[in-house]
Amino acid sequence: MKFAVVVFPGSNCDRDMYHAAKDALGAEADLVWYKEADISGYDAILLPGGFSYGDYLRSGAIAATSPVIEQIRQAVEDGKPVLGVCNGFQVLLEMGILPGAMLKNEKLKFMCHFENLVVENAETMFTREYEAKEVISIPIAHGEGNYYCDSETLEELRANNQIAFTYENNPNGSVGDIAGITNKEGNVLGMMPHPERAVETLLGSEDGLRLFQSILTHWRNTHAINA
Amino acid sequence: MPSMLEISPQQIEQDRLYSEMGLSDAEFQSIKKILGRLPNYTETGLFSVMWSEHCSYKNSKPLLKKFPTEGPEVLQGPGEGAGIIDIGDEQAVVFKVESHNHPSAVEPYQGAATGVGGILRDVFSMGARPVALLNSLRFGSLERPRVKYLFEEVVHGIAGYGNCVGVPTVGGEVQFDDAYNGNPLVNAMCVGLIDHKDIQKGIAAGIGNTVMYVGAKTGRDGIHGATFASEELSEESEEKRPSVQVGDPFMEKLLIEACLDVIHHDALVGIQDMGAAGLTSSASEMASKAGTGMKMNLDLIPQREENMTAYEMMLSESQERMLLVVEKGREEEIAKVFRKYNLEAVAVGEVTDNQRFTLVHKGEIVADVPVDNLAEDAPVYHQPSRVPEYYKQFQAMDDYMPKITDHKETLHQLLKQPTIASKQWVYDQYDSMVQANTVFAPGSDAAVIRVRDTEKALAMTTDCNSRYLYVDPEVGGQIAVAEAARNITCSGGRPLGITDGLNFGSPENPEIFWQMEKSVDGMSEACRILSTPVISGNVSLYNESFGGQAIYPTPIVGMVGLIEKLDHITPSHFQAAGDLVYLIGETKAEFGGSELQGMLEGRHFGKAPALDLNTEMIRQNQIRTAIQKGLVESAHDLAEGGLGVALAESLFAHDLGCEVNVSGDATTALFAESQTRFLVSVKQENQEDFEALIRGVKPIGTVTEDGAYRIVSEGETVVEEETSALKASWEGAIPCLVKSKA
Repeated sequence: MKFAVVVFPGSNCDRDMYHAAKDALGAEADLVWYKEADISGYDAILLPGGFSYGDYLRSGAIAATSPVIEQIRQAVEDGKPVLGVCNGFQVLLEMGILPGAMLKNEKLKFMCHFENLVVENAETMFTREYEAKEVISIPIAHGEGNYYCDSETLEELRANNQIAFTYENNPNGSVGDIAGITNKEGNVLGMMPHPERAVETLLGSEDGLRLFQSILTHWRNTHAINA
Repeated sequence: MPSMLEISPQQIEQDRLYSEMGLSDAEFQSIKKILGRLPNYTETGLFSVMWSEHCSYKNSKPLLKKFPTEGPEVLQGPGEGAGIIDIGDEQAVVFKVESHNHPSAVEPYQGAATGVGGILRDVFSMGARPVALLNSLRFGSLERPRVKYLFEEVVHGIAGYGNCVGVPTVGGEVQFDDAYNGNPLVNAMCVGLIDHKDIQKGIAAGIGNTVMYVGAKTGRDGIHGATFASEELSEESEEKRPSVQVGDPFMEKLLIEACLDVIHHDALVGIQDMGAAGLTSSASEMASKAGTGMKMNLDLIPQREENMTAYEMMLSESQERMLLVVEKGREEEIAKVFRKYNLEAVAVGEVTDNQRFTLVHKGEIVADVPVDNLAEDAPVYHQPSRVPEYYKQFQAMDDYMPKITDHKETLHQLLKQPTIASKQWVYDQYDSMVQANTVFAPGSDAAVIRVRDTEKALAMTTDCNSRYLYVDPEVGGQIAVAEAARNITCSGGRPLGITDGLNFGSPENPEIFWQMEKSVDGMSEACRILSTPVISGNVSLYNESFGGQAIYPTPIVGMVGLIEKLDHITPSHFQAAGDLVYLIGETKAEFGGSELQGMLEGRHFGKAPALDLNTEMIRQNQIRTAIQKGLVESAHDLAEGGLGVALAESLFAHDLGCEVNVSGDATTALFAESQTRFLVSVKQENQEDFEALIRGVKPIGTVTEDGAYRIVSEGETVVEEETSALKASWEGAIPCLVKSKA
């Protein structure tokens, strides 16, 4: 299986994502520059964190209009796994692929530290290697990670099991303690915490590795069935 | 014709207009002599910035020569953008520290942000990928509203820039003292990694080659920034806000990636960032270093504003700009590399053979000066030096002995001192983990990042206890280097070298110059004995605020060490209950310049704690050997607040307790700041091996799991307190001070 890490100008967690997929997971992965991108040949798309276009206008807003976006929409439609982390999540929100929006953190400051996440849905293609309600340690690093949606949308997210992760101790004011959500179909996950930074015990946690393993397991299973 | 509007050379001389640009009468006369005529307005501007202290080190050069700068592993010493040290496997570490004190004093957010931007460019212009940032900050009392504002905005600015460019901010220090009430210090350090084959130089070699400009357009911001940085802050400093640049970290991020691409292109001859004195310094230094000249057509400079004059363009310190020299005829190949990142590289001039720096604007030659005189021949001043009265008094004093009745309460108070208290409020705002290499984030003795795909790691720290330097600059200078080395050693590393960020008051004051001299003497001696050559640095003088109040002498030491194996990485806090606690090193009743003295007396005086550099070297080698043999669970150096504070800090990470016995006077045992001391924890099973290695040491206690901090002196309990209560004091102090309305 082959991962594409889409690099926008200003992405800065692209290499971390690449190393997580390639070195920690042991899968094939490429960094794909947004201008030259042909991502049709990849099995999963990773949208990394950072400050695409300097976060000018709104976080993720400009990236969400760049040429590669049409290809990302196609991948989503094709049912491929698409993971957006931090700024990648913000891009998915701006694209309208995931519902809601990001506000500034409640305390108005950038925050970077490990947080405990609760796995709310362990049935998705991104979370199947976790136990339901398992608590995992994953770092956050964001200034605008305060997830907002109206109460109707929140009900819908809950009804459809779209909430993948919540914070044990909500650090940023997110509605419903939400740390990560999927689309209805379950093949797009957006999350603020950084699983790619938690794939080695040397760096404090390897709890994020199983997220990447889940994608791989899912791919193997679906391809085994097809074969 | 635009030149008609310009002030005439005669008028510059008659009205002494050069003095407004920071040039002295004698300097102006010497420029006149160099040129054989009067300089025009633009030329006067060029000389004034290049001959400023910030660019020329004219007051500090005689002192900087004293530093040892060579060593078997040094690949690049002072003189280029940053210094380089070999770390084996054809890899090297690149680092430098730089100050942004004056801009941060008037516009703290942008001042600090652009300080980070500038030091990043110094490192990636060498061809290195920046892998870590550290910040050494000094502020006055947090009870003052202005100081609080500066503190919050400086931290905000560092975060705003560093987080965006994707380089982790992994360490540094923040200290508070009334000495910085009017003049904060903001020193940023960047560490980069490079393969030997990629090392670049900022040279304009090859006659006829093309000079290219890339990055942000040139605007009217930061004009005369270098000159502004070379004078005292005054009531008028607010008016110099236009001298402060505005940063664009997104542009910087694009430049980093593009420049790290372009260095692999064989058409590239030289590359340098436009830092202080902008286009003037980068262009003239590149030519001077190569022994060539340079001719630039200013009409071709990308400009942000209309009708900019030659003077404005040359003196602008607009950020995120680089100057390249490329082989003639291959400009398009280089431009194409930058185009990928939506950056435009434009040809603005050529390398010439006449060793002159020639500028053309709107068809006229607006400057034509000998490039070496401009870039290299600033006057050098040997300032007079005088032993200050205060120092003589301090040396004659009896040893200061604090009177303490309640040691527990004193410990709480010390943990609440902003200099000692937890800095989590600060570093939580920094992305310390991006690039996914951070093993020890801020809050450890030294930050540690691993070198991907190797068994190696880098330890890094910034240190400078300026109270010791104030009471005794020579001993204080030694201590600054020794303490940095201790932090590296405790984390499992071997110190490789230092970058120095020298921050002082006005060198024209003989007593300040004496502080500079003695500090440098002390640092040089320590660097020689601890084998840490000085490979780069920065000098910031005139750190004085309203009324001539100079800061404490603050020569910041940025040190990088090599950890040879990942297994050697050692934390600074206790790991498990049952481990034995050792205090290595002697404790004496030394309180001059101590945190406790400042807390009780509101000032610092007396003698600095003594330091024996040979003992320091031997003890650090012993600790490192013990770590490498796997005998050490944690190692922490004793610094501000002595053993009492170090023990408490060692417990917080895992909410452990300790039971420790001390002897002699309890106040001395707990709070004296004697040097060359280490707090080490060792597994019981390793006791014998550890004591065989470091002869004569005995455990002073054990780590316990009951979460209680207990110290017994001569059979009597002197402190018994819940670790959680001490932690609350330590963690709560800064958030509480920031929130409180003064």
